[in-house]
Amino acid sequence: MCGAPAQELLSSDVGDEAVVQGIVSRGGLPLAGAYVRLLDGSGEFTAEVRTSDNGVFRFFAAPGNWTLRTLAQGASVDTSVSAVRGEAVIAAVDVPA
Amino acid sequence: MSRQDVLVDADWAQAHLTDPKVVFVEVDEDVSAYDTGHLAGAVRLDWKTELQDQVRRDFVSKEQFEELLSQKGIGNDDTVVLYGGNNNWFAAYAYWYFTLYGHADVKLLDGGRKKWELDGRELTTAETTRDKTSYTAQEQDTSIRAFRDETIAAIGVKNLIDVRSPDEFSGKLLAPAHLPQEQSQRAGHIPTAISVPWSKAANDDGTFKSDEELRELYKDLDTSKETIAYCRIGERSSHTWFALHELLGESSVKNYDGSWTEYGSLVGVPVEKDV
Repeated sequence: MCGAPAQELLSSDVGDEAVVQGIVSRGGLPLAGAYVRLLDGSGEFTAEVRTSDNGVFRFFAAPGNWTLRTLAQGASVDTSVSAVRGEAVIAAVDVPA
Repeated sequence: MSRQDVLVDADWAQAHLTDPKVVFVEVDEDVSAYDTGHLAGAVRLDWKTELQDQVRRDFVSKEQFEELLSQKGIGNDDTVVLYGGNNNWFAAYAYWYFTLYGHADVKLLDGGRKKWELDGRELTTAETTRDKTSYTAQEQDTSIRAFRDETIAAIGVKNLIDVRSPDEFSGKLLAPAHLPQEQSQRAGHIPTAISVPWSKAANDDGTFKSDEELRELYKDLDTSKETIAYCRIGERSSHTWFALHELLGESSVKNYDGSWTEYGSLVGVPVEKDV
């Protein structure tokens, strides 16, 4: 498995994974094609995905505190999240229009 | 070799979209990205089904590479400009691969798809057709490709640079965090390797940092010694190989494409783990 899986929200059973996921919106509408970067507790880049047609992003992280940095045309937004093993944490990111 | 010879910006690319001697080639981790829109006239290369042998774990042969490029309509005297998603990881991998097989003029589009999209530049779904060529490749230039035994022998002798994320280096994760955690049998890193994540060589928009910033980043490398870069499957280390070998002009730098998926599954080799 090397290609990034399709970006869709996982529901309940995430096994041992510590999932960080969510939806990026702009003006209340889901934003496709935004870039979401996962930064670790020291601000170091860990991963990046492009949001799906529904604005969805998803990471398989490790337990702990992370920052989501969302890039869209003309905007960059930081959001703090905490990941927990066996859970799927959901973050809502709104990008200024 | 200088930055301008190997790296082009989006304005240059825009101005050369219809240049008959320039072939844009998209290489993505997610091979379906091309279908959703690509640079006008660009052809697609599938890093997994076209650049890798489908039976053995290795690259396609020189003859297969020649056939592939001929079918894609790429000539020996064409300027090949590679770009892709994921901050050009797989485009950098293809750049290294084209260099391995001796293509004369190959460049990377700085920032790849991400910069192009964030700039709001045009992508098209129009089909690209190019006339078949008769491409001739060189024998692999193994001065830029490191293999398993050479990497083991480099422990404590040559520079080993691990370009994965800090959590993969420490052994906390086995793969980048946007992928399910699978692959190698063991987590950790090769003893004596230094950790310089590939991402430190790039800006948020995916463009490479300046030569001055890159020199500062790699200042702990002993340049009197050879350097071997590795990651998980050899694509992020191609990105770092590009920064060191192509942008900074360090001559003795190899990419270990077997990387952690090979090393971390070997029996009997030393592994360091921090967690």
